[in-house]
Amino acid sequence: MTQRHGIDRRQFVKLVGGGVVVLVTTKPSALLAQRRRLYPEDLNAYLRIAEDGRVTVFTGKIEMGQGVMTSQPQMVAEELRVAFDAVEIVMGDTARCPWDMGTFGSLTTRMFGPVLRAAAAEARAVMLRLAAEKLGVPRSKLVVENGVVSVTGQPTRKVTYGELAKGRRILRTVDDKAVLRKASEFTVMGTSPLRLDGHDKVSGAGHYAGDVRLPGMLYARILRPPAHGAKLTKLDTSAAAKIPGVTVVNKKDLVAVLHADPETADQALSRVKASWDKPQPPFDTETVFDHLVKVAGKGEVTSSRGDVAAARTAAVHVFESTFHKGYVAHAPIEPHTTIADVKSGKATVWASTQTPFPTRDRLAEELGLDPKNVRVITPYVGGGFGGKSAGLQTSEAAKLSQITGKPVQVRFSRAEEFFYDTFDPAAVVKLVSGLDANGKVSLWDYHVIAAGDRGAAVFYDIPNVSISVAGGWHGRGRDLHLFGIGPWRAPGANMNVFAKESQIDIMAAAARIDPVELRLRNLTDERMRRVLQAAAKAYGWKPRVAPAGKGRGRGVACGIDAGTYVTLMADVTVDLEKGTVHVDRVVAAQDMGIIVNPTGAKMQMEGCVTQGLGYCLSEELRFTGGEILDRNFDTYLLPRFSAVPKIETVLVRNDELDPQGGGEPAIVPMGAVIANAVFDATGLRFYRLPMTPERVRAALAKKGATAAAT
Amino acid sequence: MKKTIRFRLNGKPTTLETDGDRTLLWVLRTDLGLTGTKYGCGEAICGACTVVVNGEAVRSCSVPVSSVDGAEVVTIEGLTRGGKLHPLQEAFIEHGGFQCGYCTPGMIMNAYAFLRAHPKASREEIVKGMEDNLCRCGAHQRIIAAIEEVAHGAGGAS
Repeated sequence: MTQRHGIDRRQFVKLVGGGVVVLVTTKPSALLAQRRRLYPEDLNAYLRIAEDGRVTVFTGKIEMGQGVMTSQPQMVAEELRVAFDAVEIVMGDTARCPWDMGTFGSLTTRMFGPVLRAAAAEARAVMLRLAAEKLGVPRSKLVVENGVVSVTGQPTRKVTYGELAKGRRILRTVDDKAVLRKASEFTVMGTSPLRLDGHDKVSGAGHYAGDVRLPGMLYARILRPPAHGAKLTKLDTSAAAKIPGVTVVNKKDLVAVLHADPETADQALSRVKASWDKPQPPFDTETVFDHLVKVAGKGEVTSSRGDVAAARTAAVHVFESTFHKGYVAHAPIEPHTTIADVKSGKATVWASTQTPFPTRDRLAEELGLDPKNVRVITPYVGGGFGGKSAGLQTSEAAKLSQITGKPVQVRFSRAEEFFYDTFDPAAVVKLVSGLDANGKVSLWDYHVIAAGDRGAAVFYDIPNVSISVAGGWHGRGRDLHLFGIGPWRAPGANMNVFAKESQIDIMAAAARIDPVELRLRNLTDERMRRVLQAAAKAYGWKPRVAPAGKGRGRGVACGIDAGTYVTLMADVTVDLEKGTVHVDRVVAAQDMGIIVNPTGAKMQMEGCVTQGLGYCLSEELRFTGGEILDRNFDTYLLPRFSAVPKIETVLVRNDELDPQGGGEPAIVPMGAVIANAVFDATGLRFYRLPMTPERVRAALAKKGATAAAT
Repeated sequence: MKKTIRFRLNGKPTTLETDGDRTLLWVLRTDLGLTGTKYGCGEAICGACTVVVNGEAVRSCSVPVSSVDGAEVVTIEGLTRGGKLHPLQEAFIEHGGFQCGYCTPGMIMNAYAFLRAHPKASREEIVKGMEDNLCRCGAHQRIIAAIEEVAHGAGGAS
């Protein structure tokens, strides 16, 4: 199995050279036992101390903006007791790094972090043992700081890590004894050094996949159907082939034109004549929800307690709601790009991918090569958000390189990016809840269609609960969706939390209870209470019943994601003429356990809030059948500078808990916090995202007409 | 049609013999090897390809290379002088005005041109001036803080 998933031990040791290398293996270990599913291989090497004292971390994770290129070396520097700037990191290169399943799910810090720290702690133990021998004193008499081991009270009797590593070739494996440092002892973790990728990124020197240039490289443009599901009926590439230097490839379903100049390749593609048979569109942006409800089936009950039916009869107020959200694009500014060089039975690939190792394994299969002859290198990734887990462009580039014998770049145009994205799926939630006379939620009957169960669990104390799920965010084949869907930052949780936390406010308003008060009344989970109260304090929340009306409002929403607890509070202004919603201020409070890098954590929270504005207010992919109507940023509207609120982040300390996820949690309550604030501002409850100006205007007009008629 | 195009690129005289209809972005990225300027949308919407031509921010994905004949062109690579980062670049690092970094060169070049024209711009003016550059990671708040610092601290870009 080692063969399939990674290089073997011998290869690895040869590769990294001398010094001290600490590996993590799968031999029984309390630390690793629960993670074995994720790190299944014989060898997972994590760090090396070289003879010059430099420390190199090898990780299969990738840097796509989330900052792990900085936080991982922090963890190593902390446990190993070396200066932060003595640590280098090699990421996402399948020939040099240990196998990794991919960078997603806020797992890097939460799951990989403890393993990495254990490896560093083990390396420190090795160093102390070697120093004890060298200095002739027991280990208990030694102290270590900044990569220098010295005798307690005799600072001149010392030896550096580099000296200890010199001339050695030590391999160690992590065992159960690795003792991690406590949060109270931290000197590197818990601080915010400047990001290691900063200089590269502000100077233009940092390379992304598309910046790699190889001699003789061809740029490929690929013939694309006008709609998903369309069939090619006629093809004429003769005009394209006449352009000097153009190579035409026509193999199976892959029709491409290639040229050494990217614009000539574009021109060649425009001369390819193709006719297509487009299927009749079975549904579109507006009718997709009926389709989902009809096709998804009943699904499975994933959680239940009490008696929902009896509770419904007993409830004082029953609330029945249906929520909708359309497809949302990842829209990273860097389109999917890969450069592949396949020759003499070997493939080297530079890819913008969140999954270098699975990509390698897939390519090996597609190209008919041994995985050890396929190398995937991941330069900086220009935004992923889940969308770069998929990698059609990599398969295409590799195939075209194999066919032409030349290095080939495939870079999606923006239209291709919108066509082949694996979208956050359109989804529906049907929810019935009940309240008793004391403002206690007595009933929660929840059914989610096409978003999966992430974020569906209830953290309020509700005695009668049923949660059922039909169709996940990763889809279920073509019967549910007409084009690709897949993980989108906290997959499914954005929809689930939108529905859940909107419903709480619907009940609060009906029962004339302040929405924070209603939450606290139904909440015994201490972490969530703390986070909610921290947010309320930072915001300056005063109890009041919604709606206030008059175009200005405030909202609250809570969520749990990737082990992290978060509360958002927001102020909005609704333009009652134009229907535009402006978010003026967001307070985000978060308990994410031990914080590795506070500034990095805040940047992720701000990113979540800012990106989340899109799916709340403007982003919804428009389509008719398999034809995608949004093809660029002129109609698919990302949040811009003027839309960004003042964002205040509060990190709620919880040093008792290992570091939890940080890249996703703060985005999940965005739908509800904005919808709740819009309700407070207007008295209008929005059950569908995004709340576009057209929809807000329509709702205002309808309300006005109703008011006039009564 | 091949023609001779002469311009100053990052302070250096540059001569190209090429088809003047080619797009500036691709000439920069291929012939001239300056890959700091990025492709984002290809239609002058996102701003990832922004360079500065005769002091003005230009979307290099949507202008022909012939349009810079005789002009002064600055790309992100040209802001760093003798290994020293420009104050804007320093401020972007200091404030964390980037995440994935892909839109960053365009952001910085747009801010550079904007501050040349409005050296003491207010926060509101900066927001307006940056409005047409897209960032997907959500670094906006810190990007504005970085530009503000240069505008109010160092007295604008030089």
